[in-house]
Amino acid sequence: MKYQIAILAENKPGVLTHVSGLISRRDFNIETINAGYTEENDVTRINIVVNAYDKMELNKVIHQMAKLIDVIKIVNISELPSVSRELILVKVKADSAQGRADVVNIANIFRAHIVDVGHQNLVVELTGEEDKLAALTDMLSCYEIIEIARTGPIALSRGIIPIKNM
Amino acid sequence: MKGSAAIVKCLKEYNVDTIFGYPGGMILPLFDALSQDNDINFILTTHEQSAAHAADGYARASGRPGVCIATSGPGATNLVTGIATAFMDSIPMVIITGQVDSNLLGKDSFQETDIFGITMPITKHNFKLNNSDELMTTLHLAFSIANSGRKGPVLIDIPKDFFSANIIYSPIPVKPVLPQEPDADFSICIAEAIDEILKAQRPVIIAGGGVILGEAHKELISFAEKYNLPVVATLMGIGVFPNSHSLYMGFAGLHGRKAANMTVAQADLVIAVGSRFGDRQTGNIEHYIHDKHFIHIDIDPAEIDKNVHSSIGLSGDMKTILQLLMQRPATNSLTAWWKTLHAMQQKFTYEYNGTYDVPNVMHIISKEINKDNQSFAIVTDVGQHQMWAAQHIKRFLPKTWFTSGGLGTMGFGLPAAIGTQLYFKNTARIIHISGDGSIKMTGNEYYTMATLNLPIISIIINNECLGMIRQLQKVFYNERYFSCNLPHKMDYVKYAESFGIKAYDVHSIDDFIEAFCNALKNTMPQVIVVNISKSFVEPMTNTSTGINTFIEF
Repeated sequence: MKYQIAILAENKPGVLTHVSGLISRRDFNIETINAGYTEENDVTRINIVVNAYDKMELNKVIHQMAKLIDVIKIVNISELPSVSRELILVKVKADSAQGRADVVNIANIFRAHIVDVGHQNLVVELTGEEDKLAALTDMLSCYEIIEIARTGPIALSRGIIPIKNM
Repeated sequence: MKGSAAIVKCLKEYNVDTIFGYPGGMILPLFDALSQDNDINFILTTHEQSAAHAADGYARASGRPGVCIATSGPGATNLVTGIATAFMDSIPMVIITGQVDSNLLGKDSFQETDIFGITMPITKHNFKLNNSDELMTTLHLAFSIANSGRKGPVLIDIPKDFFSANIIYSPIPVKPVLPQEPDADFSICIAEAIDEILKAQRPVIIAGGGVILGEAHKELISFAEKYNLPVVATLMGIGVFPNSHSLYMGFAGLHGRKAANMTVAQADLVIAVGSRFGDRQTGNIEHYIHDKHFIHIDIDPAEIDKNVHSSIGLSGDMKTILQLLMQRPATNSLTAWWKTLHAMQQKFTYEYNGTYDVPNVMHIISKEINKDNQSFAIVTDVGQHQMWAAQHIKRFLPKTWFTSGGLGTMGFGLPAAIGTQLYFKNTARIIHISGDGSIKMTGNEYYTMATLNLPIISIIINNECLGMIRQLQKVFYNERYFSCNLPHKMDYVKYAESFGIKAYDVHSIDDFIEAFCNALKNTMPQVIVVNISKSFVEPMTNTSTGINTFIEF
């Protein structure tokens, strides 16, 4: 079972290594991990999707992470009403006018953007939830996908209360 | 003020009177500052691993963070086993490593190693200094982290140029004392726990090393006495409950006493106090949890439900929790349970018959050191001798038994004995018990023991083999003994004497009695070499079934 975890941590060198190292040490798999600045200068938000057998297993790793000195707050976003988004960039081979038109059409249907075009390829950008991204890559795989880069999901809970106050 | 001088001043502010270490290029500025100071006793070991074990031993005895220092590269990596040992047993330590100059970082400079990365999984927390301005706050944080909550080692990696940088000294920050908010959920858990205790037909307390770290042994005794509960100790918990107490059932675990293991196996309620249900304690977890309820008391909330799912988990200060659990009158009656327990105690008493084997040797040590008021502490290495010592040497107080529990580090004993002896000074004498395998790992510390003229009695159980490996190969590998016999004759007496240490050669039980009694009369460092035949530690539980099933030898 996959769970989306949000971690607020001190913005210090090594904090990402502390968190990711602990997860692998406790025998859990990280599906995705990303980190970025937040509304507070000295706080980093680390977004992780982990694979755990069940919620009890997940709670074990959450308890372990909560012990890390640099971790301020850790919340299982999956159990809250929340919005989750991921960004994907797909480089597709399209060296004919017809091919380019097809890719643009598919992108339009998904409300994706074409962010680069060359004589031989296009780059498609899409933001959405995992299944939408999967549907797009599935369609584009009919053409030749040259390269994919994706951010991994980030999530916010619904309502006015930020996770730091939960 | 120079960084190195600030570190020395800061250590003194934390009442650090002894530190252990080994010099090297990148830590020399700190050594230079120490040379200008008369208050800190610096102990030079023969290897960095020993410096870490000695600081660990000092911390176990004193209850305060042990401090050790080493240089970058090999100096730092040599500390690793010592740090991991302390981490597994939750021992507070502050470790300072020198690092190459900040402008040489990341360039594979001479003796540069990423000790920050290496020690991340074996420290409670670690720091890599990026700026000399961070030095003071980092030092204060390191001491506070090492010694609070669940204790543990903290490492600070300091580039050499920061030692000579000018910094502004800042004293220990005064922390605001936050008022404890009464937690409604916690009170409910306490009430439920008391209900469970009063309801239980066959309860047992498992006392672990956390009781020592939480300084709660008096509360534990009152708690057990109040509800008339039998108590077993884990390897780390030996000494927290007086071994002569009528409620004490013995040391439980893989090589635990039969009566203790049977008590746990038959219990319907296990109250674990400062124990983390390690696999050497529980054996097969499915068998272990069968038909049992668990109350788990631990300072670390992450321990609750980690290995065993508890009916009630109580996380927090152990003293407070035990006091809260004594609020209600003891209306439980355990007459039937105690009838069973007394029968087991009688059935499984060990008969010492004076033959020349290790249990009888341990029994003599136990008898002699528990005779009068002079206090003794045992420090062991790891292997068969450790289990025999745990089974047969009676201990009555916390901090009279020191061993590497979680990591099981061979070579821990001698340096840890030096660390504990340096703390106890003349208030207690250390008996170091080792095997011929373990002593070869850190036996070079006889040099340190002799240099400091410490009154340690070091006993080497020499059975010319790695006994525990041999035992495992007998049980699990159909007696295909490989790499466990050490048949090449080594003269341990000459070895000890080469350091200028008085040594005794023992070949019979009478030899041992004479040597040990002699050694007790002297106050210099001494080594007793107990040459003895190979045998197996009994009991040994069958790990695939319950802890009440035993392997026959």
